[in-house]
Amino acid sequence: MDLVAILISWFPFLLTGIVATLGLVIAALGIGFIIGLPAAIGQVYGTPPVRAAINVYVWFFRGLPLLVLLFLFYFGIFPAIGLGDVSAFVVGALVLGLHGGAYQAEIFRGAILSIGEGQMTAARTLGMNRLQAIRHIILPQALLIALPGWSNEYPTVLTDTSICYAIGVTELLTRTSVIVSTEFIAMPIYLACAGIYLVLNYTGIKGLNLLEKRVAIPGFEAGSN
Amino acid sequence: MTTDDTILRVEGLAKSFGATEVLKEISFTVRKGETKAFIGPSGTGKSTLLRCINQLIVPDRGRVYLHGEEVTHAGSKINQYRAKIGMVFQNFNLFDHLTALRNVEIALLKVKGMKESEAREKALFELKRVGLEDRADHYPAQLSGGQAQRVSIARALAMDPDVMLFDEPTSALDPELTGEVLEVIRELASNGMTMLIVTHEMRFALSIADEICFMEHGTILERGPPADLRDSPAFERTRQFAGRFAEL
Repeated sequence: MDLVAILISWFPFLLTGIVATLGLVIAALGIGFIIGLPAAIGQVYGTPPVRAAINVYVWFFRGLPLLVLLFLFYFGIFPAIGLGDVSAFVVGALVLGLHGGAYQAEIFRGAILSIGEGQMTAARTLGMNRLQAIRHIILPQALLIALPGWSNEYPTVLTDTSICYAIGVTELLTRTSVIVSTEFIAMPIYLACAGIYLVLNYTGIKGLNLLEKRVAIPGFEAGSN
Repeated sequence: MTTDDTILRVEGLAKSFGATEVLKEISFTVRKGETKAFIGPSGTGKSTLLRCINQLIVPDRGRVYLHGEEVTHAGSKINQYRAKIGMVFQNFNLFDHLTALRNVEIALLKVKGMKESEAREKALFELKRVGLEDRADHYPAQLSGGQAQRVSIARALAMDPDVMLFDEPTSALDPELTGEVLEVIRELASNGMTMLIVTHEMRFALSIADEICFMEHGTILERGPPADLRDSPAFERTRQFAGRFAEL
């Protein structure tokens, strides 16, 4: 059987791996956003205890190797709290999300801090309360400023997903390895796998670049503050 | 002490930053339709005074009353008071992510709870008032400094404030752009808007204000109608300051 035929015959098998990988990416970015944005708001505007708690979170999830986090949660924490039968995919997505959330928090925090104080002052002067000012004035600007940095999370998280191989999530790398160990051909199969990662990477980045262009506001970076 | 047409009353306002006393027991009242100008060297507490009036800076002592209701110590009601006190900043502080129109609309929608169509109509009216209805769809970065400041005036006016505070509204502008902003403020004065103006534009202050307050070292050193201050400056300091601008 020649190589092309082998690859074609395994393609449906690989495709489900691609779907799992993309699922991990989307879940991780989503969870990271849902955690990271409020964490950044808390770091900037929160009371000292809130800030301290968020700092511990960021320190913990940025300070540990992803693989250690994965093992800790999958083999340690989840079984310990009686959730040992939660799927590896769910644990993987959650850990990637918590890990990414810590990085996203830093991205959003930097963006919020880069907004001139005058924006909050002007909003408060018009009678907005603090929450309204954050929601309607600060956050929209922070998200625009954060987008290029946030886009960098996509390739990072995409490549990070392969680490879920270690707990047996049937994502792209896991499935590739199954093919390699079945067919006893390594090089072309791993090259195909690498090619798929690169295509996913390129497509995602292009998509995010389009998004950046779409939401760009004229001269926003050169704003008056 | 309080006559019926008093809008704003400031009593013994004091504020220190660390060891520096920025405001020392400032008191005055503002009648409806009055324009009061605050002049004086930089760093004499003029901007701090304006910011204490709407509680952007919380004063150490003293009270501020709007229509006889205390603004200081207002707690969460402060947002309602701020909505009635318009403020215009030296650096405009337009919302950079919003068009001119949205800048004027946003507080109408979010603070006053107006309907979208109603807010749009009101915002366009205010932009027209400052001569910028044709710039409604421009973002702040696409406006000149003078236009940006006029939008910020429209944004404040849209709230139908009882008092307008101007904090050096032309100081950040190129000289050739100050005229259009001063013209808008002059128009407001002649339409009976109550205003407190901190400015270095001495001639403008003399021509527009009902009362001029000369501030130095956190106190009002001298106050009076422009004619008095111009013709008989009781304080040497005032004369020097006024003189410096008289040649302009």
